[in-house]
Amino acid sequence: MEELQFKLPRREKAALIWRFLKPVVGFFIAALLFACLSNAFHAMTPQIIKVTVDSILGNAAPAEGDWFSSLLPLEALRVDPGRSLLWAAIAVAVVALFRGVFIFGQRYYLAKGSEGFVKRIRDALFGHIQHLSFAWHKAHSTGDMIQRCTSDVDVIRGFVCNQLVEVVRTVFLIILYLCIMFSMNVKLSLISLVFIPIVGLSSGVFYRKISKRFQAADEAEGELTTCAQENLTGVRVVRAFGREKFELDRFQGKNERFSALWIKLGKLLSVYWASGTLLTCLQVMVVILAGTVEAVRGEMSLGSFLAFVTYNESLAWPVRSLGRVLSDMSKAGVSLDRVGYILKAPEEADLPEAQEASCAGDIVFDHVTFGYEGQKVLDDLSFTIPQGSTFAVLGGTGSGKSTLVHLLDRLYDLGEGQGTITIGGRDIRTIQRDCLRRQIGLVLQEPFLFSKTIRENIAATVPGATETDVREAAAIACVDEAITEFPEGYETLVGERGVTLSGGQKQRVAIARMLMQKAPVVIFDDSLSAVDTETDTKIRAALKENLHGATVILISHRVTTLMHADQILVLQDGKRADLGTHSQLISHPGIYRDIYEIQMSSDDRKQMEEEAMEHGGI
Amino acid sequence: MAAFDEQDYTKSFDLSIWKRLGPALRPYRLCFAGMFAFNALCAAVDVALPLLQRYAIQNFIEAGTLTGIVPYGLFYLVVILLQALSVVLFARNSMTIEMSVGRDLRRDLFTHLQTLSFSFYNVTPVGYILARVMSDTNRIAGMIAWNLTDILWAMFYVLGTFASMLLLNWRLALVIILIVPAIAVLTWYFQNRILHWNRKVRKLNSKITGAFNEGITGAKTSKTLVIEEQNTDSFRSLTESMRRSGIRAARLNAVYIPLVLFCSTMAVAIVLLRGGNMVLDGLLEIATLSTFTTYAVGIFEPIQMTAANIAEFISLQASIERVTGLMDQVPQVQDTPEVIEKYGDVFQPKRENWEPLKGDIEFQDVTFRYPDGGEDVLQHFSLKIPAGTTVAIVGETGAGKSTLVNLACRFFEPTSGKILIDGRDYRERSQLWLHENIGYVLQSPHLFSGSVRENIRYGRLDATDAEVEAAAKAVSADTVVAKLEKGWDSQVGEGGDKLSTGEKQLISFARAVLADPRIFVLDEATSSIDTQTEQLIQEAIDHLLKDRTSFLIAHRLSTIRKADLILVVRDGKIVEQGTHQELLQKRGYYHDLYSKQFAEESAAKILQ
Repeated sequence: MEELQFKLPRREKAALIWRFLKPVVGFFIAALLFACLSNAFHAMTPQIIKVTVDSILGNAAPAEGDWFSSLLPLEALRVDPGRSLLWAAIAVAVVALFRGVFIFGQRYYLAKGSEGFVKRIRDALFGHIQHLSFAWHKAHSTGDMIQRCTSDVDVIRGFVCNQLVEVVRTVFLIILYLCIMFSMNVKLSLISLVFIPIVGLSSGVFYRKISKRFQAADEAEGELTTCAQENLTGVRVVRAFGREKFELDRFQGKNERFSALWIKLGKLLSVYWASGTLLTCLQVMVVILAGTVEAVRGEMSLGSFLAFVTYNESLAWPVRSLGRVLSDMSKAGVSLDRVGYILKAPEEADLPEAQEASCAGDIVFDHVTFGYEGQKVLDDLSFTIPQGSTFAVLGGTGSGKSTLVHLLDRLYDLGEGQGTITIGGRDIRTIQRDCLRRQIGLVLQEPFLFSKTIRENIAATVPGATETDVREAAAIACVDEAITEFPEGYETLVGERGVTLSGGQKQRVAIARMLMQKAPVVIFDDSLSAVDTETDTKIRAALKENLHGATVILISHRVTTLMHADQILVLQDGKRADLGTHSQLISHPGIYRDIYEIQMSSDDRKQMEEEAMEHGGI
Repeated sequence: MAAFDEQDYTKSFDLSIWKRLGPALRPYRLCFAGMFAFNALCAAVDVALPLLQRYAIQNFIEAGTLTGIVPYGLFYLVVILLQALSVVLFARNSMTIEMSVGRDLRRDLFTHLQTLSFSFYNVTPVGYILARVMSDTNRIAGMIAWNLTDILWAMFYVLGTFASMLLLNWRLALVIILIVPAIAVLTWYFQNRILHWNRKVRKLNSKITGAFNEGITGAKTSKTLVIEEQNTDSFRSLTESMRRSGIRAARLNAVYIPLVLFCSTMAVAIVLLRGGNMVLDGLLEIATLSTFTTYAVGIFEPIQMTAANIAEFISLQASIERVTGLMDQVPQVQDTPEVIEKYGDVFQPKRENWEPLKGDIEFQDVTFRYPDGGEDVLQHFSLKIPAGTTVAIVGETGAGKSTLVNLACRFFEPTSGKILIDGRDYRERSQLWLHENIGYVLQSPHLFSGSVRENIRYGRLDATDAEVEAAAKAVSADTVVAKLEKGWDSQVGEGGDKLSTGEKQLISFARAVLADPRIFVLDEATSSIDTQTEQLIQEAIDHLLKDRTSFLIAHRLSTIRKADLILVVRDGKIVEQGTHQELLQKRGYYHDLYSKQFAEESAAKILQ
């Protein structure tokens, strides 16, 4: 599979992030600014305490290069220590107030930025996927794509909004604190500095090592989930063979393995946590001991000692988390590749000369040859469907009848030398794709309904449609009655959260949806297969009445459905095996006559003919 | 993947729900004790560290001497090592609790699921069950282990700090403790609001996943209807409300957290003012003052975290309810205690007491309605099916053809009346006794991850390789194997998705053949096999049906024609029964169905 090897070059990864980050980058910058400001203000409190201890409560000369103390009238502070204490307390409170505001700014703008960022990625993905070619959709598994759009997007979000921001903030914090510490005492700072790479690196290395085991545990969990899921989806098989015990043993095996892996991982993790704690505590201890020595020797005042120890402690956690965050960041690269793979896939595009055009006109297939992956599906197929006529296609599985529809609706495009399809004399590739599709009403054999209300489904192409229009379409498709029987009628939700419609009901709702399109070309791709014969006849009669003037293409393997068409194409292995009216086709030996004779016992034939007289064929 | 809307559990705290966890936790009492103890030790060290600093200030810095600093350093080191050790130990205990409790819950749920009836499975989406077996158990175990750890540590730490402060200087301590109610009020105000928005964000998130799912699976339809833009627009409005909610939730946090921090800094300011004055008055030492500032900074974050943790912990109630709700599902079909006594249950069968099964099935005045259905689908139905009879059941898709088979196989039991197997009510024997004698091939065949060989062996676990291969040969499944790279040991993928439906059917056929059952059910089993293979299978089927009681659901006409008895189902009810000839002559519904299917089958054959 090509996507497995897909890797974005580093520059394109950055460009991809930048594409979504650019519109909200202002928020991120604001968040970072606020973060730095809040760190800076946080750094003030120990200074205030230092001054309080040294100059209000005690009497120590400020050290050389102590810029903070040099700003203050130290002599004046000692005149009225009670009053000075009050000022100190007020200073602490004011600093805290500012810091609170900055933290609010940091968090608020970060949320604005990251929510906007992730919304842009999601919107881009969804919109892009909507416009990817049908061939692309067929080639990719839904589950994998959803995972890319959800989990991988989350990883990227984590990378940009948490990790990147966190790294910048932490680096700033470390530099700021180190500067302050060096200005206070170089020797102690050097001791503290030695620990930083040790703590950071050991955390990063350890984390990277563990991540392999995390993967193994994740895989074990995946296996366990699969096992449970298969048991649930295959519950009939399990019961019918009486394999409950076997299943339980199998599940238990995987369950035990999963738990054991995690318990083992937990042992490692506990060592990791403990060693982290030990290292940081050691650093603090060494600094306290060395600081004590310095203070006793008179190299440092008590206030400075306290402030220094506080700064040093504040460094410990950020350094540890930095190691982890840095080693975690590599995961984002893979997710970027996976999301980039989708966004890089080309959207369906129209030719530059494509125009809007009416699809009222004769449809002509001219020497159409088409296939997928080297396998020929349609072979030199030519025919003409006059405007307003009914055209039927009879063919078995693999005869190419669905491909025919896909080509006409431009779900696939014909390439050079594969012949042409024209409508009203115009090559359909020169008609804008959306314009063409709007004018072709297509009902598929297994129609897809959206998990919205029935009304919304029927009115999908005409969002403003009136209740009357919707009901009218439903009535023609013989589904109005069934819908009104639901407690919530047309407002009934379809799908997992609502009612489950039967196959026949779905097909009929899809027909109603198609009717709302009022398209000049209408295609039924085996779309009444799940409806019983009686309703089938009724729907066909109603359609006949309401589709006046439209070109109708019917695809089926039921002769009764096809026999009244103006022309019938018999398709075999992608080739035109026969073409003509019903009476022409039964007048000579061939596939059509064979099928007709089998499908119609003598009195069925009579009945069908009567029915045909009554309704007129469609 | 689908966005299955979970119902909300907004019930208030209910102790009886929590008590249900008791049995799952009891075996790990020792682990819990260990977790408690080492957590307490860990918190104690955290409380002690500022005191060590205080000692250094008092005894060295203020005293102006370094005597005794070496033993002090060693003691400090011991304390740190103790800390590291307690981290290792409580983490290991927590992890063991998490994984063991999770494992046990999953095992219990899974075991229980094996006994639940089809009436449950028919109405419950797999995703819904799976979420309970995997996510909810994980959540319960994780929260019990780690959330509790966090809460306990914070509790020990906060209480320890208060104790330490009170001992050092109770007057100053009381001032700090006064700040706690402020935090409590703040937390009480914000916590519920934050929780509300977080819940909303989670819900929107699952909606977005659902929208992606629909956008991808419905791509073809969207294209043909040209509603791509419309879809994208409604997706945009979904992500927009996600964006707004996300910001709302974050904004609440962005106000709450600085407020808590502000409170804690206010405590520092108060300590400076009050404590400073006390120092000036000679009532307090500077060393103690610094200890108080350390405590004041450190104490409020655990309080705030604990509030959040407790709120989250209480929300665990919903997960417990979901899990216990599943455990409380009562199997519709159950063996009586007497039957279990004699024949064993599904996990411990007493095969030595099992009578051999011949295959006579008799419906005696059976009335049946589905547990979720409103009307009887069978009324006073009686039918004798002697061993070896082939019964075909025909009808339109969705007409309820499986009902009789579900009853005969005891996947459901009659609402009234009896079903006899070999002349005895089947409720007098165990379910497993019957099920082990059934071979079942489904329309959409289900395989399990594993090799082809393992999948076939599922039919009879003690079969030799030769027997497995012979069974495969009997239904031409060996042609599938021959095409696979690793032959018999090829992996079939999740749910068998590496094979085509036709190939899966052949394998599932071989599986049933290996089981050599007395009762055989073929549910539209050959629909996806090409004509050529079908020919081969047809022979195998004929061979297999001989001497077995079998049910054929909606089958090829060639098979149906040969059946000893044909039951015709319409709208869930049996409307006609008889042999092929009898029914054709009746010119009723069967005749219609037959003609239609005949027409379609022949057309398909001609068009091939």
